[in-house]
Amino acid sequence: MSGAALLELDQVACRRGGRMLFEDLSLILEPGGAALVTGPNGIGKSSLLRLAGGLLAPVAGTVRRPVPVALADDRAALDERLTLGRALEFWARQDSTDPAVGMQAMGLAHLDAVPVRILSTGQRKRATLARVISSGARLWLLDEPANGLDAEGLERLAAAMARHRKSGGGILTASHQALGLDDAQPVKLR
Amino acid sequence: MIALTLREIRFAASSGHALLSVIFFLLVATLFPFAIGPDTPLLARTGGGALWIAALLAALLPIERLVEPDRASGILDQLAVRGNSDEGVALAKLIGHWLSFGPPLMLAAIPAAALMKMPAYALLRLELGLLAGTPGLAALTLMVGAIVAGLRSNGALAGLLMLPLAVPILIFGAGMGEGRDLAAFKLLAAVSLLLVAVAPFIAGAAIKAARD
Repeated sequence: MSGAALLELDQVACRRGGRMLFEDLSLILEPGGAALVTGPNGIGKSSLLRLAGGLLAPVAGTVRRPVPVALADDRAALDERLTLGRALEFWARQDSTDPAVGMQAMGLAHLDAVPVRILSTGQRKRATLARVISSGARLWLLDEPANGLDAEGLERLAAAMARHRKSGGGILTASHQALGLDDAQPVKLR
Repeated sequence: MIALTLREIRFAASSGHALLSVIFFLLVATLFPFAIGPDTPLLARTGGGALWIAALLAALLPIERLVEPDRASGILDQLAVRGNSDEGVALAKLIGHWLSFGPPLMLAAIPAAALMKMPAYALLRLELGLLAGTPGLAALTLMVGAIVAGLRSNGALAGLLMLPLAVPILIFGAGMGEGRDLAAFKLLAAVSLLLVAVAPFIAGAAIKAARD
């Protein structure tokens, strides 16, 4: 797979709360590629992902993101009052896709009728990832996707990421746990 | 955009918040005659103003659930990642909120006016005033709700921020009850229009600022 880059950060700097988190960061993510952001807590990994997703504006440098993105952070962004199936369907409608794809991939099909508010931490994480998988976006931004996942969930996540990359998608992730992305380009923040 | 508006209406209906505002409004309308006494002319004269205060307080009720839950759960961020502008999201919320707040309040004004022993023409003027004024109240609720989203003890702060800003609506809305011309109505509509026009931009900017 070749083609235009999915994400280009050019000498990006990020400042939050009056503090410079990182400066002069450049990164190019090609189709099928993955980048793993590492660094100590509070160094700005989540901010980098939010910057890539367009939720934060860089104080210097440019962010080019020509493809749709999907973001998974520590918030599921699902309506607590709805059942899991309906809550995921809301986002699938926004993306004009099928929510069943993500639910199958993360093994959530049996929780379809369960209200979001009674889901466990791990199930919430799976639902967050299911939303990303269903989104059809070519660039995935995964902020600590392994948090709260059990071994089976991790396997499903690794399989989904491998499929996504095979079909020309890209992944930018920040994680303290091994995700099976051994060939990912390292992005060290310090 | 339409999906977002429908989502607002559905949640206002299913969570009971729309009903809560109406019940609150009717409760004030019921209490007021108890406080004033069964003096029909006095009730009819002051009823319009009392109902406007009730409408104002009813508008304050949903202020904490309009923006904050969506911010805290990450839904606003997810909408932004998908390329929706924050202003567009705010506009959808404004329309959805007014539809679940304005018309039910106008319906509730009918029994409320009866409790106040208001004559038919006064009810008509009240309804006309509510039609023009509730969009402005909805816009204020949205703006202040977005500004205080993410702050601690935001409920009390929201009241302090919103009530002074609602004074023009209160003045011209209650002013509708006096006289038979439409001067107060025109001013009320003008104030309301201004609030509706700026609300998506102010609420959108507040949502953006809360992200930083």
